Amino acid sequence: MQSQQKSTNYWSLLLIGVFKENAIFRLAISLCPAIAVTTGLKTGTLMGIAVVFVTVMVNITVSAIRAFIHPKIRIPVFMLIISGWVTVADLSMAAFARDAYKQMGLYIQLIVAFASILTRAEVFASKRSVVPSFFDGIGSGVGFMFALICISFFRELLGKGALWGIDIIHAKPLLIMLLPTGGFIATGILMGFFNWIDIRFYGGKGAGGAGGH
Amino acid sequence: MKLFEIFIASALINNFVFTRFLGLCIFFGVTKKVETAVGMSITFTSVMMVSAALSWLVFNYVMVPLDLTFLKIVIFIGIIASFVQASDTIMRKVSPGLYYKLGVYLALISTNCIILAVPLINAGDKYNFIEAITLGLGSGLGFALALIIMASIREKLELANVPRPFQGLPIAFVTTGLIALAFLGFSGIITQ
Repeated sequence: MQSQQKSTNYWSLLLIGVFKENAIFRLAISLCPAIAVTTGLKTGTLMGIAVVFVTVMVNITVSAIRAFIHPKIRIPVFMLIISGWVTVADLSMAAFARDAYKQMGLYIQLIVAFASILTRAEVFASKRSVVPSFFDGIGSGVGFMFALICISFFRELLGKGALWGIDIIHAKPLLIMLLPTGGFIATGILMGFFNWIDIRFYGGKGAGGAGGH
Repeated sequence: MKLFEIFIASALINNFVFTRFLGLCIFFGVTKKVETAVGMSITFTSVMMVSAALSWLVFNYVMVPLDLTFLKIVIFIGIIASFVQASDTIMRKVSPGLYYKLGVYLALISTNCIILAVPLINAGDKYNFIEAITLGLGSGLGFALALIIMASIREKLELANVPRPFQGLPIAFVTTGLIALAFLGFSGIITQ
């Protein structure tokens, strides 16, 4: 009975991160890489994996050492932990995915400045034990990755007529989708679509977006 | 001539918002009013120049000799956070009037990708000291330009009749896309 209860809790933690509090479509934070690296499904997915890795590891670390962090210096400590794990992701990406890294190196390093990761550490991991923090990290990381995959799916399909580098539509592609313009417009339309779902089926008010950073 | 090229390139061609997609959260967060946007751009431009200078000094005189360049993310974040904290304290003491105008934004700065990006680009492209500061100034002014254009448009957008799911951020994204298209026109100015 108890384990049943727990597993549903973990499941809802995951779902909250992916849909209800999706960093990009719902909260509109950590937007920069959403547009920068989504010209292809491959780079979008790789970026997503890096973010999931960093979020999960940061959540685990913060939650594991939360008893030793003095509340007054917690933000600098969190930043230190985050930048440490980002360095790990950055260096391993440089070692194992050379080509993609050339294209997105700067943006991997800028994961440090993601409000979504710091928020999860502050709001969740610093107060809960390791296992729920792990699931919370996976939830918010996968939510981010889901958004990146959505955006890059449409951009690569329309912009190159391909998916994961494989030619699918044998027609002249819409180059504009690969340009910065296409990134902004695709994100805007997808965001509007998710707002529409929220308003139409859940009676929400639409995100509107507080727009933190 | 190289300085001029770096300046124009960072302000217009590689505009941080429209071409490099940095600082988007701030960009969408504060551009609801022109007044806020102006305050924000002054603060950001000055912080970007100073952090470019500080981080260049630390990078070239401390990190390169000691072979610590792989720690650049951690160290740059530390430099920026402590500099912002220091200027916050100094401004509150020295000029309270300015502090109440700009201090609100200062707190937002320390964990922001647009500020962190300047030292990282400087380190990656191996600029010299003057070039590094020029890059900071150019990108700061480019960011200011973007903020002010967007804020002016969004003040008008408030009155427009936008479908409900698109109100607020989604329409702002689409608008930004169109401005980015216009900025694409600058890409022919300097051929490198």
